[in-house]
Parts: sequence; structure tokens; C-alpha cells
Amino acid sequence: MDKSDQGVTIAAQVREAAAARTPLAVIGGGSKSFLGRRVTGAPLAVGGHRGILHYVPEELVLTARAGTPLTEIETALDARGQMLAFEPPHFGADATLGGTIAANLSGPRRASAGAARDFVLGCRLINGNGDILHFGGEVMKNVAGYDLSRLMAGAFGTLGVLLEISLKVLPRPEAETTLVFEQDELSAIETMNRWAGRPLPLSATAWMDGRLYAQLSGPAPALAAATAKLGGESLSGAKEFWYGLREHTAAFFNDPRPLWRVALPASAAPLALDGPEAVTWGGAQRWVKTGARAVDIRTYTTAAGGHATLFRPAKDASPAEEPFHPLTPALRSLHQRLKAAFDPAGILNPGRLYAGI
Amino acid sequence: MTASGTALLTELRAALPADALLTHQEQLRPYECDGLTAYRALPLAVALPHTVAEVAAVLRLCRAHGAPVVARGAGTGLSGGALPHVEGVVLSLARFNRILQINPLARTARIEPGVRNLAISEAARPHGLYYAPDPSSQIACTIGGNVAENSGGVHCLKYGLTVHNVLALEALTIEGERLSLGSLALDAPGYDLLALLTGSEGLLAVVVEVTVRLLPLPQRARVVLAAFDSLASAGNAVGAIIAAGVIPAGLEMMDRLAVEAAEDFVHAGYPRDAEAILLCELDGDEQEVTAALARVEEILRGAGARELRVARDEDERQLFWKGRKAAFPAVGRLAPDYYCIDGTIPRSKLAEVLTRIAELSGEHGLRVANVFHAGDGNLHPLILYDANQPGELQRAEALGAAIMELCIAAGGTITGEHGVGVEKINQMCVQFNTEELEQFHAVKRAFDPAGLLNPGKAVPTLARCAEYGRMHVHHGEMPFPELERY
Repeated sequence: MDKSDQGVTIAAQVREAAAARTPLAVIGGGSKSFLGRRVTGAPLAVGGHRGILHYVPEELVLTARAGTPLTEIETALDARGQMLAFEPPHFGADATLGGTIAANLSGPRRASAGAARDFVLGCRLINGNGDILHFGGEVMKNVAGYDLSRLMAGAFGTLGVLLEISLKVLPRPEAETTLVFEQDELSAIETMNRWAGRPLPLSATAWMDGRLYAQLSGPAPALAAATAKLGGESLSGAKEFWYGLREHTAAFFNDPRPLWRVALPASAAPLALDGPEAVTWGGAQRWVKTGARAVDIRTYTTAAGGHATLFRPAKDASPAEEPFHPLTPALRSLHQRLKAAFDPAGILNPGRLYAGI
Repeated sequence: MTASGTALLTELRAALPADALLTHQEQLRPYECDGLTAYRALPLAVALPHTVAEVAAVLRLCRAHGAPVVARGAGTGLSGGALPHVEGVVLSLARFNRILQINPLARTARIEPGVRNLAISEAARPHGLYYAPDPSSQIACTIGGNVAENSGGVHCLKYGLTVHNVLALEALTIEGERLSLGSLALDAPGYDLLALLTGSEGLLAVVVEVTVRLLPLPQRARVVLAAFDSLASAGNAVGAIIAAGVIPAGLEMMDRLAVEAAEDFVHAGYPRDAEAILLCELDGDEQEVTAALARVEEILRGAGARELRVARDEDERQLFWKGRKAAFPAVGRLAPDYYCIDGTIPRSKLAEVLTRIAELSGEHGLRVANVFHAGDGNLHPLILYDANQPGELQRAEALGAAIMELCIAAGGTITGEHGVGVEKINQMCVQFNTEELEQFHAVKRAFDPAGLLNPGKAVPTLARCAEYGRMHVHHGEMPFPELERY
């Protein structure tokens, strides 16, 4: 028997917990445990359920068990010249595929390539009754039934325990180059938006410490042509730069203040919050180190048409009570009803996203 | 009409302006079916509200009276998703046809659900932008319907489906309560209800406003036509292009019957004697397209293409596409009726599946033309039949069911982009097991506990599946098709 196929065992554990109404804290690699609310529950380890099950590069599809380390998947893709285009942040050596999808985190390419959720084609999951269910599949287009596999992205394991995930994968660009421009934040945000509206091979933009960064991806002649149009300096160490931004190892993130992720409409003005800001995703995602009060940050971002997540609390501070932007009453009650539809006993990662969900 | 139906009509009349409610049979007739004309029914009434408040009023009254509500856009759907319910109200969103805002800098468009798909791109064009998903009905179909069906088009492999291009929705629940889902700010915390609603076929909520993202118009698009002596080598060429790291903007295949029909109809210059043709479009900036085109030509030659033609200019490019886009009506000229299937399969199974479709076609005594969104594995076998010949419709349906189940067996799905509607509801019982269907129903109840939004579509009841399973095992073909099944 395949020791890394633990689906049936995990389902039995969920069924037992449902019968006894014992809350479960689902644990993959533990690399995202800093994000979200704390769950009080019996640990349900799913990291052992691992392995790539199916990967045919010309189908652009990879299916793997949820406990598969992200590095294992990336290595397999890299060997065939492909990649996860949403560039998931790992935030630790033990990051798994399941945790990556459950948290719906995406890297610098997100604005052009799409988010983790955009690449989910199908999944096998265990609902709160302990039933093993399969939704979606390994094909690019599938509209049979509600899109429940995509719904798992960002649900933080509160609707189901992910067992297998099928993802769309893409070829790695033939060549890449990053251009740098000295620019203030306001004009950088405008520039990013203007460029994104032109037919340029632009794959990522960011602004940090007075400099605008633009990554171009595609065939070499296309990059040369775009570089000639845009100007700027070519950045040496581009790979390290984008890695630092994705994994939060860049100097900007080395700061004892709380780290906020503020999502705004891409063309929104620079934040008027006290603290340094880094702009990513063509202006749509802003990282801010600030000691400002949560309520003030949220009032401000709501008014600007966005939402704010306390991504990492201050160094040595206790975990935040409400790290995620609060839901409107109508959405909150819908979340509760959906939670009950998947997990009637309320045992799967209860409270990880929001209290009572 | 039932007493409750009469009472509902009285209250609807009181709540809506006179021009917003149709109840006479001759007024209802245009709404009796959608693009799948084999299924027809007259509703109790058609509501054509002018405002969101009126939509909410219709929903509240229907809920109070326990009457089904079938939301409808342009009625171009191909799966009977907008088929009226005889005891219910068709809620037409046709009057919600305004483009509310185009933001060229942020590249977004805020529109009402009744706006036509193509109208979005037309409005965005002066800004050098467009809306990417382009279902073949894009001249007529509306964005509200696109959201309900998660519509695709020929450019999905590169640019995604509706779900990848919608940023926010405003929707009303059956209670008439307004929900704001998604936002211009990406990846909001909480459940991805925007994705859940997209493709939910009008069973969860009624969309009253949509915000989509717009993309820059590519600087250049070029198309190459390749002719092959066998479907298998054309299929292998598709895999080879993708394996080489090229993601074409469009990659379409047609078999011999479809090619001949299209050629007779629009004279696109297709080689009539080819067993299969591929159309491969590349877009981007000039240098990118030139580089990719050279690679694709080399790959196609290597895969055994016996003829390659790159469209010389924009006119010829349009002509090549005209043949493909006219494939359905062109095939429609070969027989009085045709029935379009929508399965998706892993591309590697293409040759196997097409061979089996040819066998099934022989067994059922009906011709099948194949049109294929090859890049993303979405097959559209077109079954030719004559509804006036006794038993032919039933044979066409049985052949369709067999093809759908073949797609499931090949690791694919019964519907890639047309939706389940009423048409494929029995095959849902084959693709999903009882627990999975029960999970769908639980999700439905979380939105619509009384089951009033588009009942009888998309997700079969377990009783219906039990019934279908019994018939299916013993006959493979439905006995007594005239009987209502539940």
C-alpha cells in the first residue's frame, strides 16, 4: 500500500471528530500558521498525504496530493520548463501545495498571471461529514456543477480538508529582464497602470524605496523592443529582488512594526498611513509597516474601496484578534450558512478565518 | 392557473409599472425557450424590471408565493438554462443595458448585466482595451448570462474564462437582499463567492451589476492554417505546440465534415480534402508574434502538416476565422437539425475519443461533425438529425448522452462552457456521486433554502439520478421520453 496515500485515514479521523464534535486544527507544513486566527482544536496532520500524482507537461496540468512540498512541485515543473505562474510565496521550507491553495497567496506576477485561485482546476477534499468528494477535474474548461474546487482557495481549510489539487501550469517565459526607474510613489502608481494598459510583455511591477521595478517576460526580441520603448536601467540580481519581495526577505520587511497587506484598486493614490509602503501587483497590493490602529487602517481602506489584512503582527506581539478585514453583515451570514453546508458540526479549522466560521 | 398564481400576478401588477410585466400568451411566446429550442415551456409571466428595486420586488413576491424565478439575459444559452418554469416568472434583465463606467487607467468596466458581451469591447476600444472572453454568440449574449454560465470562447487558453475576467458582482438573493462580491482590490479575505456565483446557472442569486477587467488590445495577431491527413496527427500537433512552451491566443480544430460545410458556406479557402485543419492564432507585440509564428510553423511541419498557410493580411486572417465562427450554421445546412455537444477531455485522449465518436455515430446512424477548441480540450461534436423523422431526436439525444459519458470516461467533463441546464442534467448523475450531488444541494440551500431560483436545472435531485441510473443500466437509451422525470 502507498504510505503517502492517507486520504481514507484522514477521512476516518474527520468522521470521528464530527461525531464527537471535536474541533480539528488542520496542519500541513505549518509555514502559514502566522497568518489568520488561532484555532483551538485537535491537530489533524495532513502533511504526510503527499506526492505528485499526474503531470503531463503538454496538458498544462499537474495533480498532486495536498501535502506535497511546494518545492517538490516547483522542481518537477522546472525540469520541464514550466512553472506555477501565480508564483506562490512559500514563507518557509515546509510549505505544501494544500496550504498554498487554502491561503490563496500569490506572488509578484499576480496582476498579469492571476491568483492561486485562477489556476485551480479541480480538487479532492473531505467535507465536515468525512465524505471524500471530487470537484472539477484535470481539464481547462469545466462548468459541470458549482465551482466548489475554486471555492477552497482562500477558505483556510474551513470548508474542507484538501486531499488533492489539480492546477493549470504554464511554460516558463523564454527570457526575462527587469528595468528600474527612479520615481516617486505617486507617479510610479500611475506609470504602472498606464503600462499595464499597453500591449507590453509586462509580467510584474513594484515600487519600493523610491524605485519603480518592471519585469518583462517573453521571447528575447520582444523584451528588447519593450526595453527600447520604456527605457530605464537593467537590474542586475533581478531574481533575488523579486524573491525578496515574494518571500518577505527584502530589507523593507525587516521592521518590528506590524505588517499590513492593503489591497486597493490598482490606480488608487499612495496610502496616507504612517509607515513605509511597498507597492506590488501593478498598484493593487500595498505592504505597509505601521503601528496605526487597526480600526483606522480599515476605515481608511474601506473608504478607498479596498481591504486590509494584518499579515504579521508586531514582533513579539500576541496574535491579532481579527487579522482579516471584517465582512459585511449580509456576507457574514452567508459565510456562516456556507460553512454549515460543508461542515455542519463546525469542526474544520473553526475560527481560523473569522470567529464563528 | 392556480389560485396562488393569480394572487402572485395581482401583486406583481401592483409592484411593477405596466410595461414591466407580460402575461398574455402571445407576449410570453418569445420567452418559451433559449438557444436550445428542443425544450419549451410558457411561464406564468415575464417580468422586465427597469430598476434594481423592481428586481428585488419581483424576487420578494415570488419568494412569498413560493413561485420559481428563472433569470434570463439574451436567451442565447445552449443548455436550456433559461427554460421557463410553467408555474414561475421569467425575470428578464434585458433593460439593464447600460455601461456604467469605463476606467481606462485602472482598466475596468462597470456594466449592467444586460449589456452585450461585444458591446463591452466596443466601448473599451477607444482606450486601446478590450474584454477578453469571446463566446461565439458575443454579438448577442449578455454579460449577465456569461457570468451565469462562466462562458469561454476561442481565447480562453491564454486569457481565461469569465471567472478569470470578472472582478466584482452585485447580486440579489431570493430574499431581495443585495450582496457585493469581489472588488477592484484583489483577493479579498473570506470565501470566493464571486467564483461560486460564476457558472452557477442562476441557481444562487440574480446578478444586477458586473465589473470586469479589460486588457490592452494586442498590437498584432497572426493566424496560421495547417492541413493534416489525419485527426491524430492534428491532435499531436496541438500537444507539440503547447509542449514547446507556446500558448496560442486561439487554437482550433475542425474535422473534414465541418471543413467542407464551412467552405461551402463562407468560402474561407480551407483545403477541402484535409481530414483535419488547425487554426493557430498568435498575438502580442510584433517581435513576439514573429518569433512565436516561426516556432509554430516548424512544429506543425514536424507534426506532419501537409500544408501551411499564414494569413497574408488582416482580411485573410478574418476570413480564416470566419470559416471557424460560421461552423455551426454551416453544419446546420447539412441537415434540418443539429445538436451541439460540449464535452471537455484531456488533449492527449483526442484521437481515442474522436475514433470512438465516429463509431458511436455509425451505431446510432447519425452523422457527426467535429469542431474543437483544441487548445483547451473542449469538443463540440455536432450531431446531425431531422426532428421531423420519427425517433431521430431521441436517437440524437441518446448519441449525445453516449458522447458525454465518453468524455467523462476519458477523464473529462460533460460541459466545458455551455452549462448543464436541463440538457445535461442526467449526465450529472454519471459525473458526480451521491455525496457530491448532496454537497451541491447543501450549497444551494445556503443561498436559496426554498429552491426557487431556476429549479430543475444544473444539479439533479437524487431521486432523478436513481431513476436515470435504473433506466441507464438496462437500456442505455431512455424509454418513454415523453414522460416527465423527477
